[in-house]
Amino acid sequence: MTSSLRVRAGLVSVALLIAFLGIWHLATRSTAPVATMSPEYAKLMGLTATQGKSAMPGPLDVGAKLWEHLKRPFYDNGPNDKGLGIQLAYSIARVGTGYLLAVLVAIPLGFLIGMSPLLSKALDPFIQVLKPISPLAWMPLALYTIKDSSISAIFVIFICSIWPMLLNTVFGVASVRKEWINVARTLEVGTVRRAFTVILPAAAPTILTGMRISIGIAWLVIVAAEMLVGGTGIGYFVWNEWNNLSITNVIIAILLIGIVGMLLDQILARFTRLVTFPE
Amino acid sequence: MSTFDNPFDPDRNLRVGCVCGQHRSAAEHAQAAALRCEPVESEEKRYEGVVASAVMRAVFPQDGARRAFLKSVGASTALAALSQFFPLKTATEVFADTGTPEKKDLKVGFIPITCATPIIMAAPLGFYAKHGLNVDVVKTAGWAVIRDKTINKEYDAAHMLAPMPIAISLGLGANAIPFAVPAIENINGQGIVLATKHKDKRDPKDWKGLKFAIPFDYSMHNYLLRYYLAEAGLDPDTDVQLRSVPPPEMVANLRADNIDGFLAPDNICQRAIYDGVGFMHLLSKEIWDGHPCCSFAASREFITTAPNSFAALTRAIVDATNYASKAENRKQIAEAIAPANYINAPVTVLEQVLTGTYADGLGGVKTDAKRVDFDPFPWQSFAVWMLTQMKRWGQIKGDVDYKAIAEQVYLATDTRKLMTEMGLVPPESSYKSFAVMGRTFDPAKPEDYLASFKIRKAS
Repeated sequence: MTSSLRVRAGLVSVALLIAFLGIWHLATRSTAPVATMSPEYAKLMGLTATQGKSAMPGPLDVGAKLWEHLKRPFYDNGPNDKGLGIQLAYSIARVGTGYLLAVLVAIPLGFLIGMSPLLSKALDPFIQVLKPISPLAWMPLALYTIKDSSISAIFVIFICSIWPMLLNTVFGVASVRKEWINVARTLEVGTVRRAFTVILPAAAPTILTGMRISIGIAWLVIVAAEMLVGGTGIGYFVWNEWNNLSITNVIIAILLIGIVGMLLDQILARFTRLVTFPE
Repeated sequence: MSTFDNPFDPDRNLRVGCVCGQHRSAAEHAQAAALRCEPVESEEKRYEGVVASAVMRAVFPQDGARRAFLKSVGASTALAALSQFFPLKTATEVFADTGTPEKKDLKVGFIPITCATPIIMAAPLGFYAKHGLNVDVVKTAGWAVIRDKTINKEYDAAHMLAPMPIAISLGLGANAIPFAVPAIENINGQGIVLATKHKDKRDPKDWKGLKFAIPFDYSMHNYLLRYYLAEAGLDPDTDVQLRSVPPPEMVANLRADNIDGFLAPDNICQRAIYDGVGFMHLLSKEIWDGHPCCSFAASREFITTAPNSFAALTRAIVDATNYASKAENRKQIAEAIAPANYINAPVTVLEQVLTGTYADGLGGVKTDAKRVDFDPFPWQSFAVWMLTQMKRWGQIKGDVDYKAIAEQVYLATDTRKLMTEMGLVPPESSYKSFAVMGRTFDPAKPEDYLASFKIRKAS
């Protein structure tokens, strides 16, 4: 039954994809040549103006361009033109650094806050104010104070991924079942041991959920941050191609950003499954 | 009078002294020039000429004696005699090697528009390497970012809009940090583009209520568009909407009907035409022929900590600008700067901008060889004009010491010295008068000029 459901779902997915590509193809077909113009004038104009080619590329254009990129993902033509593989690597490295720093800060801090009701109450207003700030709003401040654009980008990743992790850790630690803590206390388990053997495993699923939300946000933000800061990364690639009004390349970048985001999410999802326990 | 005019042109207007400023009279200059035996061709030749005349002056400290000697034996004999006992070749090499750069690996930021042509082309065409530098030219997302990155010292020098170094030095829109401009990038090369639907609205008097985009508040584009509108009787602050939009987004916004037109740098103007969304209403050249647009800027701190690197950079830029000013090189330049690593635009578009034979967006092909031109000399009168416009539109208030600011930011004197050393012929004065839409600007009387405008922001 389940396997037939999976097959049917797969078929529907493929059908939807084909329908989408078909509509896309039909919608972006070029119309007949527009106005008549002198050949010397036409030579100076783009295809959009001369042949009525849609400004939006069709799926075939995108496919051909994508193949071109996939054939040589790691070329390096100087500081402003690198292959997509290199750009993605830069973005992932930035996200990784900012995210790991956030993990190192958020989880121990969340643990402390979660174990102390006083701190939890006292810090709550600050966290509530800082949490909803758009990470990009930090950008000018970061650039101004840190005075280094690549560190600023990492800082923005750090600041945006810290809140979901912190809040989830606090929540996970604070809502460990009282019985388990009482049992530990009865058995005279020390505070440190109690934290690592009782609270941590119990709170792990909630903490990992927070980490999963964070990685999603971090990946959302890096693209925007790199568009602002420039230099390298997939966000810079989008900006650079936008500069050239090359929608084909922008679509390819969108596709790749989606795929990498999904992979990052899947990795965290796998970790979450590892630490989940049946109650 | 352009910097790169032929110094041997007999029709050239020679005022006091000589054209290069090294000699007391034009005759003496001609004699020294004759020592070179043939017209200046290469850089080495230029240096040789400078060295030879210096040696001549040293050997004959008395003017009369030198002239008598030259007259009696002739220039070529003099040169031969001189090289007999003075190692002219070695001296030239020593002279050309002006101090080792303190820092060889430099980063220079640029915005991908054709204004940055000299900065960009100097990399693929080897002008930086020729002056002993290893420069990475880094593409940057916008004017505010390029400003911040240069202030943060991530870039050693950068491509900036001509008014930006003045604004930064004055602390407008940022902390006051002294910046300096050793060279202007380009003159002319901008344009007013309107959406195709406005093709019958060619009179700016009918533009009330339209929305226009400009690249940045502290830009020649802003001042020129405001000037143009005000001359037509429109108050740019109340009668139209002006928005700061990054150049690449201008074409997309024009297509999406969010704006009615823009005064933007090329290749953006030509790109809008190429994509069939707009037409060229007016080249900025028709507002003010020879106006500056972008500049090459560095912080005072960089100049004092690495003076030799700075001098080498300036030399490379002046050299590249000189090369770009020649029409026959423009096609090659268009191909060199079009790839994704640099401007990232179709070669046809860049060629139309640089060669001046372009589609106007209304079905015609126009030719204007001076659509964009390149002249590095940082006229201080340009800075004074920009300051009058900053004051006119309320960006600066109160008393302005026009001359002091212009001289502090626009390094005309240093650039003149450097150009003379390179054997080029810079203008003698740092101030010149020019006309903007028929209204003459006298750099000595900025306040009178300012007072002559009816439309300005009430202060």
